[in-house]
Amino acid sequence: MPDFDFEALIHEEKVHRSLYTDPDIFALELTRIFGATWVYLAHESQIPNPFDFFQTKLGLRPIIVTRDGDNQIHALYNRCTHRGATVCRQAKGSTRSFRCPYHGWSYSIAGDLAGVPWREGYARNHKEDNRFNLARISRVDSYRGFIFGTLNLEAAPLVQHLAGIRKPIDDWLDRHPGGKIAVCEANRMKFKGNWKLAYDNSADGYHVIFSHRSLLMMENRFSPDDEKGMSFYKQHPDDGPIRVHYYGNGHHFKDKRPTLANHPGALWQIEGKHPGMEGYEAELREKYGKDADYYLDLAAGIPMNINVFPNLLILGNHIQVLEPLSHTETATTWYGTAVVDEENALNGAVDAINALRMRTQEQFPLFGEVDDLTNFEEIQVGLGAEEDPWVYMDRGLGLPDRFTEQDGVISGPATDEVFMREYMKHYKTLMMANPTLSISRGGEN
Amino acid sequence: MGDIQNPSETSHYVTDAYYSDLMAAFTGWDDTDRLCLDPVVQGRAYALLYQEARYLDQGQFKKWLDLFAPQCAYWIPGTWNRGDPRREITFAFHDRRQLEDRVYRLETGYAWSQQPASRTSRLVSNIEIFRTDQADVFMIRSNFHMTEFWNGESRPWAGYTVHRVQQIDAAGFQIMAKQVNLLNCDQNIRNPSVTL
Repeated sequence: MPDFDFEALIHEEKVHRSLYTDPDIFALELTRIFGATWVYLAHESQIPNPFDFFQTKLGLRPIIVTRDGDNQIHALYNRCTHRGATVCRQAKGSTRSFRCPYHGWSYSIAGDLAGVPWREGYARNHKEDNRFNLARISRVDSYRGFIFGTLNLEAAPLVQHLAGIRKPIDDWLDRHPGGKIAVCEANRMKFKGNWKLAYDNSADGYHVIFSHRSLLMMENRFSPDDEKGMSFYKQHPDDGPIRVHYYGNGHHFKDKRPTLANHPGALWQIEGKHPGMEGYEAELREKYGKDADYYLDLAAGIPMNINVFPNLLILGNHIQVLEPLSHTETATTWYGTAVVDEENALNGAVDAINALRMRTQEQFPLFGEVDDLTNFEEIQVGLGAEEDPWVYMDRGLGLPDRFTEQDGVISGPATDEVFMREYMKHYKTLMMANPTLSISRGGEN
Repeated sequence: MGDIQNPSETSHYVTDAYYSDLMAAFTGWDDTDRLCLDPVVQGRAYALLYQEARYLDQGQFKKWLDLFAPQCAYWIPGTWNRGDPRREITFAFHDRRQLEDRVYRLETGYAWSQQPASRTSRLVSNIEIFRTDQADVFMIRSNFHMTEFWNGESRPWAGYTVHRVQQIDAAGFQIMAKQVNLLNCDQNIRNPSVTL
């Protein structure tokens, strides 16, 4: 495979189209990004109990995330060590073992080889050689329920890698009772475009009033004077309090909370219109009085976009996961999250909150994201133009008064492209490095 | 405040009790003993389904909305076992107001995912009508196969639909709830902005 001169392809103000169009660059990304750095795999609430499993991907590698009987989490390659067939064909579930449907080899939930049919036909005992355990991602770690994996033994520990982006993740979780959420199904989409088009968009405040024009009009069709949703982008967003913060390692955070009024119920107040809002609100207010404001805020989306390079985008109440399918196709899954209330801190209101919260989460994927995805696809079409290769991200560049830098965090105004420039620098570093990747086989047998 | 009685403006009717009733109505309705073979009822049901398909294929969304009761539900489960929409994200769950939101958005001219609009051709077949405990309320099951042409390509959408309908006058039925069960409801789908 050719290597590439990434210094020539990635400049501060622009990147070359080949980052989005070249299958060989995509192939390199599958190891140098989706392999060599920490990649989000799943959320612990998707495997809540011992012996639960959930299928995911590391790049194109089929992975089963499992929880064993001792509550240890594993990320196994879904690939029989015998002939290579997948051993798990259900999206999620619970099992004591995986048995390959092809020749019947079986593996424990931790990935260790458990059985080989008609073993007497082999000269060796495969179970004595850990080469025949399922391969597994050599390093798996969680941060507050978010499970990540990497094949790079040299990568910094996960907490160090996440660094400053942990603070917004903490804030996002800690507004919920017990600091927890649970994943509960998803709006699932894909688009014919490179995965970075979605990451480029993740903190982009510049596109909002244009790409989402129909949604903004729809959200405000009843109340032109009391604007809902993303309307704060309509005025002069760069003069306002919304900032985008770059934390290093490709991670960034668009913080829209400063536009909120500082009182319980403020989040609920800016929500758009969703099924059941008025009915549930009336019931909650009647039953819980003043506490209802806090409960309604839990049903409302929090205006935060937390982007963890390369594939985890926490926004509103969603956990959006990017999955590269090819250099020109990407799946984007908008997992919904529910409030969990193990201690009954919400006095029995949790079901009503979640019933509202499901509906508040469905609107943007259905009526907003689809328009972005169309625009991503149209970028991919436009980038077919070989003689016009540059894609620009220079908004804000050269206007130093727009930025602050404190403790290594670079901050800029709402519509700035500084986060794209910074994450692309990190991308370039990763693509120019060539670390050794390794799987493990677990077990000490 | 909008008119509390007008579900096009406010959503008071979608309560926990409403969801419970909806779940109950869409469970165990397809008992063969309840099949209705009355040609008058069949005629009304076929007319409704064909009219609905035609309005959607022709992009006559306002007329399509008129087929629904003021207090209605439009439900596309995101899982094949359908699940409880109070506890899981759906492909779509609209009340009356959000159905109207959907149409409003399409008609702004700025819904890029439908600009230009999808062209569709729907086949509706295997129509069976089931009686319910209410004499004027029926469940209609039908299979659908829709071809969508969008952005230079044609692609299929398929599954079965369940309409819960009420007879409102001699002329016909009104849709109380529509459930669309897509074969690929739990898969990642490109541009799911077409109206089913």
